[in-house]
Amino acid sequence: MPFGQGRSGGRGRGDKKSADKQQGQRRPMFRRRKVCKFCADKIDDINYKDVKLLAPFVPERGKILPRRISGTCAMHQRKLQTALKRARQIALIPYVTD
Amino acid sequence: MAQRQYELVYILPPDTTEQQATELHDQVAAVVSRLHGQIEKTENWGRRKLAYEIGKFKDGVYVLDVINGDGELMKELDRRLKVMDQVVRHMIVRVDEEKKVVDRTRTKRQTESERRRVRRGLPPQRQPGEGRSSETEEGDDDRFDGVEV
Repeated sequence: MPFGQGRSGGRGRGDKKSADKQQGQRRPMFRRRKVCKFCADKIDDINYKDVKLLAPFVPERGKILPRRISGTCAMHQRKLQTALKRARQIALIPYVTD
Repeated sequence: MAQRQYELVYILPPDTTEQQATELHDQVAAVVSRLHGQIEKTENWGRRKLAYEIGKFKDGVYVLDVINGDGELMKELDRRLKVMDQVVRHMIVRVDEEKKVVDRTRTKRQTESERRRVRRGLPPQRQPGEGRSSETEEGDDDRFDGVEV
């Protein structure tokens, strides 16, 4: 069996699955898979002038919402970041609020 | 000289009269035309609240100019706007390249979807009343609650 790696090799998919199951039992809360808003809604242009679009990514404190929370993909987070920083410069969104 | 497209946004004090605003706009236009550029369009957003105080101002009058020109022109414009004390704040952003990218992805997406639709034996454009209605997407926006680490 030249290619045979059997169950022990590969990417360990089987192991992962069982691990997931275990976690699921410990914490039965269902978490929806997060999707990038811009990919899902097919928004090509993330513009700094569009405050309505940017507002959900600026929490109360005024920081930029991290990607692990919003679910935005890397490319769009990068574009979003420049847009937010531009919008800050012309006082459309705050730098900080306290 | 390379023709590029820029956007200029500037903020004027809230008590600026219409006349003062046009006067300032004329000054900008004069610089632009002197250095062989054109103003493609001008938008006055009117008075709106600033997200933070700039100096003593809490609101401002926003004006947007889309300018075709080269870097030298924008440099000069930037220098002048910095000096003008009736401008609270300004920002210049180059937009032509981003615009190009956006247009490209948009046309690509459209041709792609048309191609796929034709292959499925449908007319290339989406018909009204076809597919899922937007109502089904309601309540879909729980992306922002719950901190996941």
